[in-house]
Amino acid sequence: MATTYFTSDHEWLRVEGGIATVGITDYAQEQLGDLVFVELPEIGKKLTKGDTAVVVESVKAASDVYAPVDGEITEANGTLSSDPSLVNSAATGAGWLWKMKLADESQLAGLMDEAAYKAHIA
Amino acid sequence: MTGDDSKHLPLEDIHTAAGARFGAFAGWSMPLTYPAGVMKEHLHTREHAGLFDISHMKLFEVSGPQAVALLDRACPLDAGALEISQSKLSFFLNEAGGILDDLIVTRLGDTRFMVVANAGNAAADEKHLRELAANFDVKVEPLDRVFLAIQGPEAWAVLSRAGIETGSLLFMHGVEPRKDWFMSRSGYTGEDGFEIGLPEADARDLVTKLLEDERVLWIGLAARDSLRLEAGLCLHGQDITPETDPAAAALMWAIPKDIRASGAFIGADALRAAVERGPAQKRVGLKPEGRQPVRAGAALFDADGNHAGHVTSGGFGPSAGHPVAMGYVAAALAKPGTRLFADVRGTKIPVDISSLPFTPHRYRKG
Repeated sequence: MATTYFTSDHEWLRVEGGIATVGITDYAQEQLGDLVFVELPEIGKKLTKGDTAVVVESVKAASDVYAPVDGEITEANGTLSSDPSLVNSAATGAGWLWKMKLADESQLAGLMDEAAYKAHIA
Repeated sequence: MTGDDSKHLPLEDIHTAAGARFGAFAGWSMPLTYPAGVMKEHLHTREHAGLFDISHMKLFEVSGPQAVALLDRACPLDAGALEISQSKLSFFLNEAGGILDDLIVTRLGDTRFMVVANAGNAAADEKHLRELAANFDVKVEPLDRVFLAIQGPEAWAVLSRAGIETGSLLFMHGVEPRKDWFMSRSGYTGEDGFEIGLPEADARDLVTKLLEDERVLWIGLAARDSLRLEAGLCLHGQDITPETDPAAAALMWAIPKDIRASGAFIGADALRAAVERGPAQKRVGLKPEGRQPVRAGAALFDADGNHAGHVTSGGFGPSAGHPVAMGYVAAALAKPGTRLFADVRGTKIPVDISSLPFTPHRYRKG
């Protein structure tokens, strides 16, 4: 059973079996506007919480997306290379950014659930 | 971002009602995007008609017996050679020939001109112009106007439907169709279009009428930037600055030949020397390979890894369908087709020098 967490940097994580799928929230994609490029991470790259994992580029600006927890990249969403606008149209679904193997599941305790995130952006 | 010090547009309530997202630009709180989003706004302007609130820009009326003499001193311009209603791109230069601002000067009458200045430089421009005006019999009057741009192939048609006939007005010409109105056929998108300075009450009426037409959409500053970049047009403060002169900026076409040779404008000696020497760097268009945008500030290198220049504006061109940029490169490299490499977060992105504009201009010249 997957559990979804949120960060104050407007990312979501869907965690199942020690693997987190990470993306940006609908609120974040709306703030960024139309994306034209996503710089995806290398598989196997080890990230510490707060490291830049992905750079998303809108018409106007480049923005970093940070690793919400420690872990190792296991997969990147290659579909975004040809269609970065998926992040706009399906931020919490087909527009996911990367998957990572969690190094320390206890870090999840510091993240928000959906209700807390909704209150955060309200 | 938008602090209390920001200046607010007179029509801010209309933008808020239209769902604008605001951001700070040149000391103003400006609509960056509307709900359609930058991509749709950009493409809509190229296909139909985009409405822009550019009231952050400043209109100055320069009038008096020595208006021509003042402008000939302030700008590398032959103001007396302009026909009535003719507009011309010009500059305020410093003594070193650097560009303090780029301006559009329109002759309204024998001794009356309209000068349109950039938002970020408006206060400095006014001070500069007033100091110079002290030596001439001339009046410099900043006008309190809402300033709107209507841009795109259907701009003339939507104005016509709103009761404003643009008739025989050609590109880079401006007239005063009503009391306290200034309307020029010009803009900063590469499309046919108009800029209209008018009193706030009139502007509210005009905007209401224009927005009743489904061909018209509000366009924010984000799309204004991508439109002007595709059109190869410079943004002062980025692509041209007090440290760049018109020769390096590839803008000498804006200066009449005899003025280049013998004009007595501020910065004339320095500019002549710069032309004589040949600029060390030149402004060029840059086309990044692939889809990754290369943005302002990125360093450029040649194939051997030698520093070759830098990017001054860059982003994605929605109409071009690929990233677009411009910047300065060593003059010897400034030829279309030269391949350079831009450093983007440590990765070297191939970038080809490209002729400007990226999208063809569609001005109504005759």
